[in-house]
Amino acid sequence: MKRFLKIYLEKPELAGAVLLVVLVVLFQLRSNGVFLSAENLRGMLGLLPEMGLVAIGVTVLMICGEFDLSVGSVFALMPMSVAIMLNADVPFAVAVLVGLAICALVGFINGFVTLRFAIPSFITTLGMLFMARSMTVVISGGFPPLLPADLPTWLFTRYVGPGGLIRMSFLWFGAIALLMAALLSLTNLGNWIKASGGFLEAAGAMGIPVNRVKITCFILSSMLAGFAGLVQVLRLGSPLPSIGDGLELQAVAAAVIGGTALTGGVGTVLGAIVGALLIRVIDNGLVLTQVDANWFKFAVGGLTIFAVIANSWLRRTARGIRVDQHA
Amino acid sequence: MTMPIIECRGLHKWYSGVHALKGVSLAITRGEIVGLVGDNGAGKSTLIKILSGVHRQNAGDVLIEGKPADIRTPKHAMRLGIETIYQYNATVPTMSIARNLFIGREPLQWSLFGIGLLDQARMRQESVKAIADVDLHLRSPDALVGELSGGQRQGVAIARGMHFKSKVFILDEPTNHLSVKETNKVIGFVKGLKTQGITGIFISHNMHHVFQSCDRVVAMARGEIVFDKPAADTSIDEVHDYL
Ligand SMILES: Nc1ncnc2c1ncn2[C@@H]1O[C@H](COP(=O)(O)OP(=O)(O)O)[C@@H](O)[C@H]1O
Ligand SMILES: [Mg+2]
Repeated sequence: MKRFLKIYLEKPELAGAVLLVVLVVLFQLRSNGVFLSAENLRGMLGLLPEMGLVAIGVTVLMICGEFDLSVGSVFALMPMSVAIMLNADVPFAVAVLVGLAICALVGFINGFVTLRFAIPSFITTLGMLFMARSMTVVISGGFPPLLPADLPTWLFTRYVGPGGLIRMSFLWFGAIALLMAALLSLTNLGNWIKASGGFLEAAGAMGIPVNRVKITCFILSSMLAGFAGLVQVLRLGSPLPSIGDGLELQAVAAAVIGGTALTGGVGTVLGAIVGALLIRVIDNGLVLTQVDANWFKFAVGGLTIFAVIANSWLRRTARGIRVDQHA
Repeated sequence: MTMPIIECRGLHKWYSGVHALKGVSLAITRGEIVGLVGDNGAGKSTLIKILSGVHRQNAGDVLIEGKPADIRTPKHAMRLGIETIYQYNATVPTMSIARNLFIGREPLQWSLFGIGLLDQARMRQESVKAIADVDLHLRSPDALVGELSGGQRQGVAIARGMHFKSKVFILDEPTNHLSVKETNKVIGFVKGLKTQGITGIFISHNMHHVFQSCDRVVAMARGEIVFDKPAADTSIDEVHDYL
């Protein structure tokens, strides 16, 4: 039992990864080989970065013990702000940097309000979900601005790699994922993030600046969500104020399916990717195997509940072991 | 008389209405092991939380080696050489022993603005040694602290303080929730401080434990020190009369 628990704590994404393989094999068989065809993979991997980036940010924040429900709205707010700046003849790079700074500010506010008033981040970011969405609609002026034609869109959308299998956005995603994974497991900040979520009181007593660590994670989560939104808008070619609706819950689902603990302290970037990929695979696989696509949300929901039950069962078992040894 | 390593002068602490410390003065010399006893709510934890930088006094002074010290944060206390072992055990169960040993004080290969790359090889090596030094026998520094028993966890917290060469160890009811065998280990550690010339403040509900391991017994009641004698000159019964 202890060994099982250890595996879970060290590789929390393992169960999700196993499930992923099972589903891929299943869909591959049921779709007569279409699922893993180059063309289908291209479609699936092309969309992964958008959801994956959001899931990574949400996962890191959950590891440090907080939530962000505003990512779906920030996903829309950032590209909308960029589009409006572009229409005011602001250069692309500047517009993107200002857009990211807006995301950072949103993240900072989420974190500051949560910690200053000692309220659950669930509530703070629920408020921000509405506020950021509302701002997006207001600044869009009711109808989406057009994007200028001369944007370096290729930086994100061009197909590259063997057989043009992936988009440029996938490279950004891969690089950011590697960076975040390294941050989490190779740096002292990563240590502090895990400690803050794993046992806040101990982290504070050992001199970790827990509030600064948490605010950093809030900012990261917002910035990744905004960046992901930009990637989607450049792919679609127009900034709709409604994009990213419901994404916050899919991101939490991805994090949880990937083994992130709701109570903090446990989780990995790889898990977030596995979770996001699972959701994409279910989405795509259901379509290919001609199951009514409306089952998609049902499947994601069921999987999430299952993952949380599995997680909390493991956690309870962990606590059980501890109590035994105290007695 | 030698200069005290820690001295409190007229410490007061209020928690919105509760007067938890009412002018506490206490001087502790280097190498002394002080047993701090008293009923629940006497103010023992409040006193040591001020010394370990978790709370700040509302009035009064703390002097470390004769110099006034304004201990603002736990980090600051640790830098002054004060390490605290808490009843709740300040280790993170979801992290490895090696990582727990260096929490907040990680050795880095390089850093920028205080954030940098962990020197994991050094962390593992030094944690193996630090753990062996407190007589704890653990398989691997990569084991998760959550897998350890309560006593082993306190051992990790103690090894952490020893590794960073703390001058003063404060132990706030470190043996709560521990089995008899593990309690004895922690008591053994408190006794061992003496031989290494480390100063200790040991808070416990168990008078026997205090008399076994301490040079001096200080008792608190209702926010004040009501008793203070060398352990050799008093008895459990006498201390009880003051509580
Ligand atoms: N964080 C706090 N907020 C409010 N009151 C507190 C707090 N900590 C302790 N107290 C109060 O201060 C008094 C002393 O508590 P404490 O120092 O924990 O005593 P002891 O450790 O001796 O049991 C008690 O009346 C307790 O209720
Ligand atoms: Mg206490």
